[in-house]
Amino acid sequence: MKVDWAALGAVFGVSIAVVLGLVLLFSVGLRGVSAREAAREDGRNGVNGAVTAVVSFAACACVVLFGLYLIVAA
Amino acid sequence: MDASLLVVIVVITALAFDFTNGFHDTANAMATSIATGALRPRTAVALSAVLNLVGAFLSVEVAKTISGGIVDDAKITPAIVFGGLIGAIVWNLVTWYVGLPSSSSHALFGGLIGATWVSSGADAVHFTKVVDKVLVPAIAAPLVAGVIALLATFLTYRLTRRTRASVADKGFKVGQVASAALMSLAHGTNDAQKTMGIITLTLITAGTLPAGSGPPVWVILSAGVAIALGTYLGGWRITHTLGKGLTTIEAPQGFAAQTSAATVIMASSHLGFALSTTHVASGGIMGSGLGRQRDGVRWNVAGRMAMAWLFTLPAAGIVGALAGLLAGQGTYGVVLVAVLGIAVAVLVWLLSRREPVRPEHVVDEIAAQAETHKLDVAA
Repeated sequence: MKVDWAALGAVFGVSIAVVLGLVLLFSVGLRGVSAREAAREDGRNGVNGAVTAVVSFAACACVVLFGLYLIVAA
Repeated sequence: MDASLLVVIVVITALAFDFTNGFHDTANAMATSIATGALRPRTAVALSAVLNLVGAFLSVEVAKTISGGIVDDAKITPAIVFGGLIGAIVWNLVTWYVGLPSSSSHALFGGLIGATWVSSGADAVHFTKVVDKVLVPAIAAPLVAGVIALLATFLTYRLTRRTRASVADKGFKVGQVASAALMSLAHGTNDAQKTMGIITLTLITAGTLPAGSGPPVWVILSAGVAIALGTYLGGWRITHTLGKGLTTIEAPQGFAAQTSAATVIMASSHLGFALSTTHVASGGIMGSGLGRQRDGVRWNVAGRMAMAWLFTLPAAGIVGALAGLLAGQGTYGVVLVAVLGIAVAVLVWLLSRREPVRPEHVVDEIAAQAETHKLDVAA
């Protein structure tokens, strides 16, 4: 009976890193949108929030696309 | 019976199974999106169907696990594969009617293993491979998805605590649609593969393909189309169980649950682990329920599901063994098995029409819940 624990461990390790990374980026992105709205209402331009949001969401998309690329490339 | 005719019958049956698989599993990808009102049921299901088809082309590792590993292709015939398939389909239809999120995949493995075991002996089943590629992932994957979803949900709520309610509400609904899309893709990389694997295995046992072949393109395409059609046409009943009965799902939670499940499935598919997407999705939903609040899971419903999972492999195995034994008796056996399979399908269909669950009903049932979510996010 041979179980490939290394492969199972890899699934766990990769998944936890990817998921927590995605969730973190997405939440930070939402905080950016929120900050921008708040700044706008105060009469500021809110560019910091906007940049945070765009960078975070773009990074999210990149993580997903890179993951799909790795699967397709094999 | 003519061997090539039998192969045609098995291919058609396998595609029918794939259709029921899609029918059964729409819920996995779309339950949370529908439950939180992020997508309307029809849109959700159409999107899921298309992405299932795309996913079928992404990776064929799982198909190879099935066609070249869990049973000895030199010791079985297309008739045995046919018996196993009918066993799986019967189990799938019955659990669908009862509303239990059982696993199409385990029904298929159970059916195939049962039919092979009874007809060709225990040594025709590669138990080592079954344990390594099916049983261990079957237990590990839902737990892994649950743990990750728990952490992800906790992190999500923590990080967006001070985010504006309007932004969080809208943002997470979008995020949830994206994660549901990923889940559908993941589904195609794992579930559609099982049918491809079975068809490829049949072609190998019939001598049409050399041992160790991967699925030909027409097999990938037809399996992808079958699961996409099934996804589009079915699954309201189970959507109801998963989307509402198990835990109360909010959009951030759905986002975290599905991102977790989709990632675990895709990583597993990549390594050829043939797991049950149903189990992983349920693990993710339960984990996210716990991540939100300590009593976030209805354990009695969860327990009933776990029982159904435990039963799937042996129950489908027994049905598959009987069908395989019968189909192995020659032409009349195969015809008899086919007739019995069709009879069960028609019976379940007739029974289900007595109390049809339509997409409109699903909307009605979640409407009140969607209201609660808005309040929760604002609070």
